[in-house]
Amino acid sequence: MSLKQLNIGFLPLVDAALPILAQEHGFAEQQGLHLNFTRDVSWAAVLDRLQYGHTDMAHMLAPLAIAASLGRRRPARQLAVPFILGLNGNAITVSPALAERLVEYGQLGDPTIVGARLKEEIARRASMGKRVRFGVVHRYSSHNFKLRYWLAQCGIAPDIDVDIATVPPPFAGDALANGEVDGICVGEPWNSVAVERGVGQIVLVTAQIWRRGVEKVLAMPAAWLDDNRDVAERMVRALHLAAQHFVDPENWDANAEILARSEYLDGSPHLIHRAISDQVLLVSGAKLTDIPDFMFQYREAANFPWVSQAAWLYSQMLRWDHLDYSAADQTRAERVFRPDVYRTALKGYDTPIPGANAKLEGSVSGVLAAGSTQGRLMMGADPFFDHRIFDPTQVEQYLSELPQP
Amino acid sequence: MRIAVIDESPVRAAIIEDGLAQVGEHDVFVISERTGMARAIETIDPDVVLVDLGNPSRDVLEEYFSVSRAVSRPIAMFVERSDDETIGAAIDAGVSAYIVDGLSQRRIKPILDLAVRRFKAFSRLQTELQEARDALSERNIIDKAKKILIRKRGLDEADAHKLLRDHAMNSNRRMAEVAEAIVTAEQMLEGGL
Repeated sequence: MSLKQLNIGFLPLVDAALPILAQEHGFAEQQGLHLNFTRDVSWAAVLDRLQYGHTDMAHMLAPLAIAASLGRRRPARQLAVPFILGLNGNAITVSPALAERLVEYGQLGDPTIVGARLKEEIARRASMGKRVRFGVVHRYSSHNFKLRYWLAQCGIAPDIDVDIATVPPPFAGDALANGEVDGICVGEPWNSVAVERGVGQIVLVTAQIWRRGVEKVLAMPAAWLDDNRDVAERMVRALHLAAQHFVDPENWDANAEILARSEYLDGSPHLIHRAISDQVLLVSGAKLTDIPDFMFQYREAANFPWVSQAAWLYSQMLRWDHLDYSAADQTRAERVFRPDVYRTALKGYDTPIPGANAKLEGSVSGVLAAGSTQGRLMMGADPFFDHRIFDPTQVEQYLSELPQP
Repeated sequence: MRIAVIDESPVRAAIIEDGLAQVGEHDVFVISERTGMARAIETIDPDVVLVDLGNPSRDVLEEYFSVSRAVSRPIAMFVERSDDETIGAAIDAGVSAYIVDGLSQRRIKPILDLAVRRFKAFSRLQTELQEARDALSERNIIDKAKKILIRKRGLDEADAHKLLRDHAMNSNRRMAEVAEAIVTAEQMLEGGL
């Protein structure tokens, strides 16, 4: 039987791993698929190609998939996300001068303490007529949303007390080095690249801000999914198998080598290996720090598209774009995440499937047995750093309780 | 209309600029530098912005367009579903465009079509250049191999050529491949490697 050819758009980041590995390790072929990859250098280009049929599916920022479906910046075209490509995996890296004020040398900070110190530093600089600037990869990125969530909760108003600019990941190190920004919130390997160059120190990782925060997703046009449901489900299975393979330490060396290849990330296998093994070099010359759940994958049904996570992203889009709440928009945002496709794709597979489509985000503090329709599902702690809980049915109330800029 | 062309390839930008001058009375501004891009756009205050699809600064540009109060806000060219064909052609050609809201499609289309044609012409030109370069290096290597054959086997140029050609035909390879093998062997045997 000939393989169904699929074109996949991606940006060269470690969290593009699953589609690449699904192809390289034959999981795609097992499902009758052959994946061809189109690498881009901006999310705008990834989105253009996806919306106009150059690609069938793409590695995408979760908030961007929602923003595109709601018609932010360009006409609305509904996207569908049947599979989450991973949780977290990003860090906040600041210039050595700023790091000195925020953390002990070579130590990962505590979000609350780093926030309080940053607030003091902002005031100190303001008295000299200077502002602190951060770079994020995209307005509609979890990096931006998590950075802002953390800042605001620490009493620092984004856009008022600090500037937040868009910096493409490959230029993040340069922007730190030439003083264009004082800190960046990007994915791997770009924090590690900045650390290696000696232009930055990792002070926090986004997993500390939200322990189970959704990151990249597999997105496709909703109309395409309707017409190709079977193909989409086969892709979900291929990615699921790739994720299972990905978390096995036995495979880390080989996977880092594959991802580093010139046609994929075109980067250093050593730096990629650190990211996929949760071993992070915080500052040049230090020892590797083990950061559990730095980049979370596969376990606890991490790849399941919880509509409550889509709702959280929607709430943050309202917050920072200063939009009014709309129940219809929330429904459209939630509809981007497609647990129904995930369920049918993995029915009968040896993997737990949650019983619900939504949950209270940030509500698990220990290990909790969750309701499931298949298998036994144990959920680990998923807190936001301020222990606030997000109820997707109470978005307006949630927003009213968050610090207002 | 005021058109800004943002392209890190100054050659391609010049080709677009030249073409735009032929389709109407437009003020065309080229930006090739990444640094100071925002300030340059602010000064130009364009109606239309043409950017190569693969430009790494596009996310920065889109952010700038959506928050800047300094310029009339250009939005991504994707306005009507009926434009899908035009847009598809643009993406194929590798060009993206941002257009100030409210500008009529009728006025934009010739500009976009021109950009698409010029982008395509540019990539054709590049392919041809690359082919010419390859051909040139193939001819070089064939000349080198012939010289080796002339020196080692006492052949004249015509016979050396014939020997190479026949061997290539018989072994179902290109002359350049056979020539390369000869040159490599010579370098190894003579200690040139």
